[in-house]
Amino acid sequence: MTRKIIIDPVTRVEGHGKVTIQLDDDGQVVQSRLHIVEFRGFERFVQGRPYWEAPVLVQRLCGICPVSHHLAAAKAMDVVVGAGTGTGLTPTAEKIRRLMHYGQVFQSHTLHFFHLASPDLLFGYDAPPETRNVMGVALANRELATQAVLMRKYGQEIIAATAGKKIHGTGAIPGGVNKSLSREERDRLLKGDGGPLNADQMVTWAQGALAFFKDYYRQHRDFIDGFSRFPSSHLSLVRPDGALDLYHGVLRAVDAEGRRILDDVDSQDYLQHFREEVKSWSYMKFPYLKKLGPENGWYRVGPLARMNVADFIPTPLAQEEFEAFRAVGGGKPNDRCMLTHWARLIEVLHAAECMRDLLQDPDILGSDLVVTGSRQSEGIGLLEAPRGTLFHHYRVGEDDLIQMANLIVSTTNNNEPMNRAVHHVARAMLTGVKEITEGMLNAVEVAIRAYDPCLSCATHAYGQMPLEVTLVDARGAVVARRRKSSVLAST
Amino acid sequence: MASFVRITLDDRVYLAEEGAQLVAAAKECGVYIPTLCNYPGIPPKGACRICTVLVNGIPHTACTTKVVEDMNVVTTTPELEAFRTSIVEILLAEGNHFCPICERSGNCELQALAYRYRVPVSSFPYLFPTRDVEAWHPKLIKDHNRCIQCKRCIRGIHNAKGQAIFAFGKRGDKVVINIDRETSRDISDELAQQAMDICPVGAILRKGKGFDTPIGRRTYDHAPIGSEVAP
Repeated sequence: MTRKIIIDPVTRVEGHGKVTIQLDDDGQVVQSRLHIVEFRGFERFVQGRPYWEAPVLVQRLCGICPVSHHLAAAKAMDVVVGAGTGTGLTPTAEKIRRLMHYGQVFQSHTLHFFHLASPDLLFGYDAPPETRNVMGVALANRELATQAVLMRKYGQEIIAATAGKKIHGTGAIPGGVNKSLSREERDRLLKGDGGPLNADQMVTWAQGALAFFKDYYRQHRDFIDGFSRFPSSHLSLVRPDGALDLYHGVLRAVDAEGRRILDDVDSQDYLQHFREEVKSWSYMKFPYLKKLGPENGWYRVGPLARMNVADFIPTPLAQEEFEAFRAVGGGKPNDRCMLTHWARLIEVLHAAECMRDLLQDPDILGSDLVVTGSRQSEGIGLLEAPRGTLFHHYRVGEDDLIQMANLIVSTTNNNEPMNRAVHHVARAMLTGVKEITEGMLNAVEVAIRAYDPCLSCATHAYGQMPLEVTLVDARGAVVARRRKSSVLAST
Repeated sequence: MASFVRITLDDRVYLAEEGAQLVAAAKECGVYIPTLCNYPGIPPKGACRICTVLVNGIPHTACTTKVVEDMNVVTTTPELEAFRTSIVEILLAEGNHFCPICERSGNCELQALAYRYRVPVSSFPYLFPTRDVEAWHPKLIKDHNRCIQCKRCIRGIHNAKGQAIFAFGKRGDKVVINIDRETSRDISDELAQQAMDICPVGAILRKGKGFDTPIGRRTYDHAPIGSEVAP
């Protein structure tokens, strides 16, 4: 009898999604899909609004990484007000925005690794669900949990100081920012108020998190090296000299062998190189490189891709880690899904170093905040959000109202890789198995979780949290369905 | 020379300037009466009714009432507070007020009153009217979604010839306040800014400027509306 497994909802991800896995009469996995089942439509309701509202409006897509949308929209509107692309702002404005962005990357990555992913690492993907959660982490490793909370708090404090509040601030405006830091704010963030919330401590804790993961990798090398591993292309923004740059750069993609398939393209030209495919079973679109087509043009984005695409990291401690990471790849792009966590923690360290450097830069106290120039009718803003490359594209009428918006969100870019990851794990874990356990299904989720998907952002989306797995027979009848609150049952 | 008379405000006796606007006189005495359509320096209209108080036991709009000797004014009763709360709720339900994306958030008098009267959501059904954004003017945007038709702009903003640059259009429940194409031509940046500032909500916006006041420095970021009169 063929069967269809449904995991619904997928948990410990941001947003609502489900997985369906179809097995044939012999118990072989024949099809696996990650469905994104929520919809919102921000691209439509930003139309008709004044262009300067976009950075504030579109960030409501998400409460985890609103800063990414805030800054990407602001970068697009920089172009619209004639302030150029990325480097046209005043030093104060660019550095304040970068500080905001590094605070965002720092808190978001910390949230993902410690709160969402670490239960799988600490307890194993097949540990009982009642243990395998953030409260279990707190009970088992109090020091780690405390650090996680304080690291996230520090990132949020950086955002509050630069954007006005921790979630959904207004700091970035077309052509610049609306505030710089006061000396008191700078000193508090740099040195802390006698407590641990200071820039040096964040660097130290980031190094500690990396040591934690590398120790785990040493002990579980076979699992990590073999889990959900498949070749792919990788896409990221890089600085024109090849450095990792999370705020601004040119678009570069490499194939599974490391050969460049997109060679440092200006972000304003993205539409010449990218297309999006729509599939009937998901609200999330499938972007691909136009010249390679939908079958071969898909790619990964996010921390793993960034480590594979960049030539180096321009902060010394993260660069050391980068070199160790690259050594594991053996000269080729690293395709181990679970090493995304390592890459993510390298970026946590990089963000901590960048925040420390910026907080010592006098420009962040400056008062020259905004530039304007010749008004343009179209603007494109890209940056590397925590989950990967984020595209914002707007057209603005002569009346200053937005006429068109297109957002390609980081998680959308990872749509095909996540589907492949689900398929790989499902095939490895479920093929020919008589009894499907909760742990096996969680392994599917572990693969999805490595991408830290934000499904709300990806569909610009609405709905209840979180993910569902269904098992159907060859005639399409549902044989079993698994929700987190229910027990797997054959029908 | 102004003459001062005795009035009673909430059971306390004050001296107030005879003939002065009751709202302004109460403010001088440190008594807060909420307003929305009232704006210092322009003729009062009594349009929004939120300043309703009891004068000698009878409801009066305090913005259109003048101080007279021995008037006994009650500014706050449970009934008056409920009445004011209802006005705020009706205004929120009647338009499309989405504070999270509005650049007047933090400076908006309607939002501030909603906080003061603890209105997280209107108890009236939201109408979600279909309204447009008037953006043809080179310096101003009129967002009809947010307009509460208080007429502050009509009464308070005039061009160099003394002509109003805003005017009512349509009638009944279709009434809107438009920018006058003739009288608003060639207005200065300063007048455009005054138009934006006089609007109690975010219905009048200056083009090309937005969100330039950081969170934390907005009018109502730290203290509720009215605390400037009665902390």
